[in-house]
Amino acid sequence: MMKNILQLKNVRKSFDGFLAIDDVSFAVAEGELSAIIGPNGAGKSTLFNLITGYYEIDRGEITYAGINIKGRGTEAIVREGVGRSFQVSSIFQEETVLDNVRLARLAKENKTRNFRSPLEKFEETTESAYRILESLGLGNQAERYAYELAHGDQKLLDIGIALALEPRLLLLDEPTAGMSPEERIQTTHLIEKLWKEYDLTLIFIEHDMDLVFEIAQWIRVLHQGSLLAEGKPDEIRENADVIGAYLGEDHLWEGY
Amino acid sequence: MSLKRLNNRIFLAGIVVLLFLLPFMKVSEYVVILMNEIIVWGLFALAFNLLFGVSGMLSFGQALFYGFGAYVTGLMVIHFGAFWFIPSILIGMTAVIAISILLGLITIRLSGVYFTMLTLAFAQLGWEIVFKWYSFTGGDDGIQGIYPPDFLGTPKAYYYFSLILVLLSVWIIRKFVNSPYGLTLRCLRQNPIRVSFLGRKVKNYQLGVYVVSAIFSSLAGSLMAGINGSIHPGMLNWTTSGEVILMSVLGGIGQFFGPFLGGGVIVLIEDIIGAYTEYWSFIIGIIMLLIVLLFPKGVLGEFSKLRRRLKI
Ligand SMILES: Nc1ncnc2c1ncn2[C@@H]1O[C@H](COP(=O)(O)OP(=O)(O)O)[C@@H](O)[C@H]1O
Ligand SMILES: [Mg+2]
Repeated sequence: MMKNILQLKNVRKSFDGFLAIDDVSFAVAEGELSAIIGPNGAGKSTLFNLITGYYEIDRGEITYAGINIKGRGTEAIVREGVGRSFQVSSIFQEETVLDNVRLARLAKENKTRNFRSPLEKFEETTESAYRILESLGLGNQAERYAYELAHGDQKLLDIGIALALEPRLLLLDEPTAGMSPEERIQTTHLIEKLWKEYDLTLIFIEHDMDLVFEIAQWIRVLHQGSLLAEGKPDEIRENADVIGAYLGEDHLWEGY
Repeated sequence: MSLKRLNNRIFLAGIVVLLFLLPFMKVSEYVVILMNEIIVWGLFALAFNLLFGVSGMLSFGQALFYGFGAYVTGLMVIHFGAFWFIPSILIGMTAVIAISILLGLITIRLSGVYFTMLTLAFAQLGWEIVFKWYSFTGGDDGIQGIYPPDFLGTPKAYYYFSLILVLLSVWIIRKFVNSPYGLTLRCLRQNPIRVSFLGRKVKNYQLGVYVVSAIFSSLAGSLMAGINGSIHPGMLNWTTSGEVILMSVLGGIGQFFGPFLGGGVIVLIEDIIGAYTEYWSFIIGIIMLLIVLLFPKGVLGEFSKLRRRLKI
């Protein structure tokens, strides 16, 4: 039997009376590659913000690796092994690509308090940062500034920063947003590769149903803050008509 | 990349040599004193820019720590004698750690413009105390006759003393900026949320740099006290905090040595133009305006952009 690494029980979150997450419960098995889908405003990003302690839940309970995360704070939760990327790339624009990942490595290795040694001294840290960039295909852009990267590469760098922390649970918020169709396919396969290579439990948010069906082992459908359905891709696919009917318009899935 | 680094090294070494040779260049004592003021202001600006340019924290109250150092040195020398000049520098730098931690715990709870206003408020409080507490601080009259020990008694000797301490500080600050801690500070300026998603508490690092900046500001204040032998409450006033902001912006907050250069330029302008007209602050205003319009990244910032383009 597989162990659950993450468990949400009757989680609720509202903003000024607006119920963004409404009584959501689910469990994520360790090692799973799963997707969260749902139209814009469904509460997908909010869910990530709750799991990482960036927002506090109003009611319910979130357990990660046996720990109730309530009141723990983002920093502590991250140190326990939860990593994430952001819907809008959250990188350090004015630093080099290498330094973006190197900072994350230094954070992981508890070395950011060192105020004496030059960065070049941390050879192993630098090497491991390079390895991560290589696995994302960003190796040859290490010396460039992050703001110089193409949009798609900035999204990858965002993932690289999260990966550098060696998370057990990795949350990717629309990793393919704003990419060209080819890039989206490439990135989707890259996600699958990273999931295997780094031995992760991975949850990604994605609008494009076809991409989701391509790699996800498990799919959760979020709509207006509620968990509408969850299941294996086949089950969700069969369910898709129902969902489509419920949602009315197909184009809602396209997002943006 | 490495050519650039080599060029930088040669350039820096050249400047250091020039600074050391200056007193031998048949210049008047006046010039030595002026140069002394420039390097001390430069240090103060560099310390300030650790907060602003590096960490994105605009303090409008660094004069508090600068003035604190000056008054610790001034009061100790006046009351206990010239021997205490050098120890007072260290005592100021140590005591300011406690003060800046205490104030930092309050100011750093806020960010952006609220942080700025709070630093200003505390500094004005300090100024008020120094200004009003006549019996202890000399109030508006300030303190005169702050003589360093005999072996530092000439402008030349004192210049070398300051120069060594300033260069040592610059070296330490530069190491600090290039360390993992420094990288963390630069990154939290650009994206504090992401830093907390690296498992690091942003406020702790902000407090750390706040304290480091205060230490070197205090050192600058102590050194300044010895240049003119006199101090006054204006050193803690908001105009002083403003001046150091001006220096940094003028030189370029994104460049390590930008604030230092800006300090030099402003001290020179004050001195040269001040000799002809009392409206020098008006002139500085115009120069600032031109620089902000023509060189939005500061003098050194534009220079480095040019170098990037020319690849030298
Ligand atoms: N910090 C916030 N303050 C107020 N409303 C928010 C906040 N975060 C999210 N919301 C609202 O919650 C709802 C869900 O948002 P979000 O989780 O970003 O949706 P999704 O990621 O599924 O597109 C939206 O209506 C959004 O406006
Ligand atoms: Mg979203």
